[in-house]
Amino acid sequence: MKKENFLWSAVKTGLIVGVVAIFICFVGMVEVFSKRDVIEKLITLGQFVLLAAMFSAGFIASRHTSSLLEKNKPVSNLVAGLVAGLFTGLVLALLVVVGAEVNLRAVFLNATTTLYDVLTLDKGVGNVWILPLIGAVAGLLGAASLLLPQILRRPITQALVFVIFMAFFSGLFRVVMINQGSDMSKAAKYLFGQTGLTLEGTLIFFLGVIAVSMLWSYKGKDIQAGVTRLPKAGRLSLRVIVYALIAYVALGLPQVSGPFIAQVIVTVALFVLMGLGLNITLGFAGLLDLGFVAFYAIGAYTVGLLTSYGAFGLQHIPFWVAVPIAVLVAMASGAMLGLPVLGIRGDYLAIATLGFGEIVRLLAGSDFLAPFFGGPQGIIGIQKPCLGTLGPFIRVDVPRVCNGLELGKPQDIYYIAVVSAVIIAFVAWRLRESRLGRAWMAIREDEDVAEALGVNLIQTKLLAYMLGAAFAGLGGAIFATLIGSIFATSMQLIVSINVVSLIIVGGMGSIPGVIVGAIALIGLPELLREVSEFRFLLYGATLIIMMLAKPEGLWPSQATRRELHHTEVEAGVKA
Amino acid sequence: MTTLLTATKVTKRFGGLVAVNAVDFEIPEKSIVSMIGPNGAGKTTFFNCITGFGKCDEGEIIFEGTPTQRLRPDQISRLGISRTYQNIRLFAEMSALENILVGQHIFLHSSWMSAVIGTPKVHQEERIALAEAQRLLDFVGLKGQGDMMARNLPYGAQRRLEIARALATKPKLLLLDEPSAGMNPRETEDLTAFIRQLRDELGITIFLIEHHMRVVMGISEHITVLDYGEKIAEGTPAEIQKNPRVIEAYLGRGAATEGMATAHERHSDKTNSKLR
Repeated sequence: MKKENFLWSAVKTGLIVGVVAIFICFVGMVEVFSKRDVIEKLITLGQFVLLAAMFSAGFIASRHTSSLLEKNKPVSNLVAGLVAGLFTGLVLALLVVVGAEVNLRAVFLNATTTLYDVLTLDKGVGNVWILPLIGAVAGLLGAASLLLPQILRRPITQALVFVIFMAFFSGLFRVVMINQGSDMSKAAKYLFGQTGLTLEGTLIFFLGVIAVSMLWSYKGKDIQAGVTRLPKAGRLSLRVIVYALIAYVALGLPQVSGPFIAQVIVTVALFVLMGLGLNITLGFAGLLDLGFVAFYAIGAYTVGLLTSYGAFGLQHIPFWVAVPIAVLVAMASGAMLGLPVLGIRGDYLAIATLGFGEIVRLLAGSDFLAPFFGGPQGIIGIQKPCLGTLGPFIRVDVPRVCNGLELGKPQDIYYIAVVSAVIIAFVAWRLRESRLGRAWMAIREDEDVAEALGVNLIQTKLLAYMLGAAFAGLGGAIFATLIGSIFATSMQLIVSINVVSLIIVGGMGSIPGVIVGAIALIGLPELLREVSEFRFLLYGATLIIMMLAKPEGLWPSQATRRELHHTEVEAGVKA
Repeated sequence: MTTLLTATKVTKRFGGLVAVNAVDFEIPEKSIVSMIGPNGAGKTTFFNCITGFGKCDEGEIIFEGTPTQRLRPDQISRLGISRTYQNIRLFAEMSALENILVGQHIFLHSSWMSAVIGTPKVHQEERIALAEAQRLLDFVGLKGQGDMMARNLPYGAQRRLEIARALATKPKLLLLDEPSAGMNPRETEDLTAFIRQLRDELGITIFLIEHHMRVVMGISEHITVLDYGEKIAEGTPAEIQKNPRVIEAYLGRGAATEGMATAHERHSDKTNSKLR
């Protein structure tokens, strides 16, 4: 087969990326993003997105060239990158030119003059030639990044990623640091501007990360070897110090960050709980459950009914008693779901569980059961947890007085949520390493063979459903007290889908993966307010890119890792 | 010699097709017996009836005095029947060691709660299980490959790992479904010796489905021949080789004059070389 000319391939890449860039403009992302800076007074987020598109056009073209020519030819690579970036810029320039002549707003609501100003860097349509120029330079840089030797590429990539990360969350860090006192506040104002990094801050972060990364690649092996050489006691105390540091940061965080961030972290922790639960049924035992939110709802409603002083509360027993009951109820409902679907496999199971989730949501919100669950009005007035003794029970609609510390604020619930997540992660880890965990994984891999080896399918699958449900029930119970009220409408299918996605993105069957996935898919969108409008667009794009580029997840499970290590060792022996 | 397993009038139907038709079968204790027959003769189906994979429709299978046809596969494996598969069915995404540990499932008794708490008993149990798994790994010649993911092991190693996993259940009866499939002559020879070793040293009764006539004739004490689900012959290797019905079943009426074993091998050599 005749191979494509690399220049033609680069042109195609440039055009495709250009079309993608126009798409990003037309959904309004560029305009919204340009209200935020990456580096103050220098580059806005909107411009950054376009630059990134041109840069990646160059990178992709360069990589294509290498594979077409079957090796790196620096000149060809650079030319290809330049051409690709140029064409991306040309496509965007074309948009500006056409937009100046024709009113595109009739069809594309977001094709505003503001957008054209952003695209031409506020220099007007006359200076539209600047776009292909920038594109060419960005493409060239993209192509060059591929040619860099590994030793340089890695630190630069890490530094870029870090700077982008800091820019995204500059507001967050700024608030936290300013709350720390005047010294920190000065530092914060030096590093972070109102909506992004300052130029100084960018340089500091960029160079700092490069320095650390270079140091690590030179000295990292020595440091690692030094740690392994330490005597057992020394290693233990090192570990204790690290854990103590983590605990200190975790405990102190809500005090300095304020209620908003505390609430975000609680949300993440709740999704970690659900994720760990589903990780047992889906990640370990391979049973796809799309109605997982049902157990969350059951946990929440149980706590609601048991502690609410609203119209539908039955009792108000202390939170600490209600939570174990909620977990047990969720567990029982897990068994109830598990029994009928025991024999169903694969896709059919997903649909059956989907039905279960919808049934629970519809029943909870229905008029039919409104006398018990409040129907669309939900359950309100859920009592906050109380550290200390509760006053005597008078009437259902009178809250019991808390003699002691009432944990009402998100910062207080934070502790409950984080401690629960840590405990559940530990439980999940222990289960995974036990005979039960192995039996689950065997079922995931080959149900029939597992059964032929003596694994009781009924018992083992039911336990997976029950324990998974228990974890989600705990999450729901904490959610109920965090919000103080429950509505059936908050138990949508999208919650279940979120949980499945975070497991897949984090790494199927991996416990740290669940935590990473929850932070990436739940925490980041909560923190990035600008993104919230395009949340599902980015969400979908992330999932697709993840599945193409890194299907094993962000933090794959131990087995994969161990094996990668194993092959490394083998390669080392052979070399 | 006592009988370990007795099958009487075992019949299995798939819709209108009678896959196994009223087969009587016996396995004496500590013997090596084989079942042969052309493709689609119902050998694997018969295997599945014994292990409870697919329940037989009629007839009775008694293992050491216990009728098995009402039992689930996991209960049957607890009685002491274990098997390997024609197309290797390891737990691909688990390590070699974990594969064997799953095989030991029936000997581990800790509940999930004690596993979460981490009682000394659980630790003790896990330690013993791990040591046993290591021992089995060494026994089948996979020393030091315990951390390899099963799917990444070479073909021959996967076959041996599957046997190690089956041995982990401490079976009295081991069913091997075409263990030499895809092996070269050298590996086949090793396998034959290994199967003999299983019987002589561990006292495990072996029941074998095999196409490779050199293996079958070399180690079997008793051979049963199935064709279209029916038992057409049984006896010692020498008797089977001479049986005209067997030769006919394999090679058609015209070939009945030729020595069956050699003809079959010529045939399989041809297919093998085509495959390579």
